[in-house]
Amino acid sequence: MKKAILYVNQFFGQVGGEDKADFEPEMREGLVGPAMELDKQLQNAEVTHTIICGDNFMGSNEEEAVKRIMDFLEGKEFDIFFAGPAFQAGRYGNACGVIAKAVHAKYGVPIISSMHIENPGVEMFKQDMVIFPGGKSAAAMRKDIKKMAAYGDKLLAGEQTGTAEEEGYYVRGIRHQVWLESKKPAADRVVEMLIKKLNGEEFQTELPIPKLDRVEIAAPLKDLSKAKIALVTTSGIVPVANPDRIQSASATRWGKYSVEGMDRLEGGVFKTIHAGFDPAAADADPNVCVPLDALRVYEKEGVIGKVDEHFYTTVGTGTTQGEAARMANEIVEHLKAAGVDGVIMTST
Amino acid sequence: MVKEIEKAGFPVVIMANLIPVAKTVGANKMVPTISIPYPLGDPATSTEEQWKLRYHRVGIALEALKTDVKEQTVFKVKF
Repeated sequence: MKKAILYVNQFFGQVGGEDKADFEPEMREGLVGPAMELDKQLQNAEVTHTIICGDNFMGSNEEEAVKRIMDFLEGKEFDIFFAGPAFQAGRYGNACGVIAKAVHAKYGVPIISSMHIENPGVEMFKQDMVIFPGGKSAAAMRKDIKKMAAYGDKLLAGEQTGTAEEEGYYVRGIRHQVWLESKKPAADRVVEMLIKKLNGEEFQTELPIPKLDRVEIAAPLKDLSKAKIALVTTSGIVPVANPDRIQSASATRWGKYSVEGMDRLEGGVFKTIHAGFDPAAADADPNVCVPLDALRVYEKEGVIGKVDEHFYTTVGTGTTQGEAARMANEIVEHLKAAGVDGVIMTST
Repeated sequence: MVKEIEKAGFPVVIMANLIPVAKTVGANKMVPTISIPYPLGDPATSTEEQWKLRYHRVGIALEALKTDVKEQTVFKVKF
């Protein structure tokens, strides 16, 4: 029987929630959490170990985390490596990508994960590994694992595999040489495409060029000492009563709160409602997320002209890119009306 | 969000812990922070140390706003 190893985060490793996100990597023999389902679905291998690591530990100490996990794997026999599924959890997606990529580089075994299309891990790692489109939350666990296991079984059995589109995972952008059954030469195919294009008909390119969604870099500030600077944050810092009832996750609302006459954001007056990290530090001193205190000093020193009368805030966890874009556009109108010149955005 | 703000013409700098994520979503000016739950001040260190770090990194962010860059740039911090 071939062997598989699975990587999961602290939550799915049943260590705990956000308060355990700093959990240091561990490798356990046997099946923990999603490893049970994976082992059940996987026909051609057994899952022998589960690796568990806190998302924040991986995010903030990547080198150390990877090193320790690589040490655990030293001398272990395995034929395939799975990570996740990570659903829409951005930090988890990042962790799955980082570790799977490192494992593949060292051991050359196939690596498979699953993430929701809006997980930033998809854009970051899809060119390095097989990632299947997954659900938004753990409700999709069984379905997502099924896809990972089915493709893993195919690879382990040495079966012929198809293109990313045929197999259903995110296109990696790897070009394969194939023999066409039609045996039609490239010169004929390209002329056919050109004729179709000239006739305004649909045609399918054989070499799609990936499109990068980039924004033109805004012109820099000419005179910082006259500029009005605004603070925008996705760290969920709000007045303690959360008057606009901004959601702790998957936010659709944002807030604009006055900082006039304040040298800093006081704990007890402001707090975070972000459900994606341990709030203790941010509640005790909200300036670690929204650095009003430092910006005020730069204002007093004349380095900047003025701090905007308000700061703008929402929660960035589980928030869709569509909602984030809409909220940002609404905030932009306020920034314009307030005569803001430049923006510092803090995220967690 | 950072992209929409920049699209509107505001120079903008993102202060974030997961720089690779910021890069992937298309931020153009980035300043690293030290962690997710406390981006700009580790509660395990003294208040002075937290202040020094925060004041320094916000200063780098302000510098970034007036710097002319041609491509995605991660600005270096000293501490």
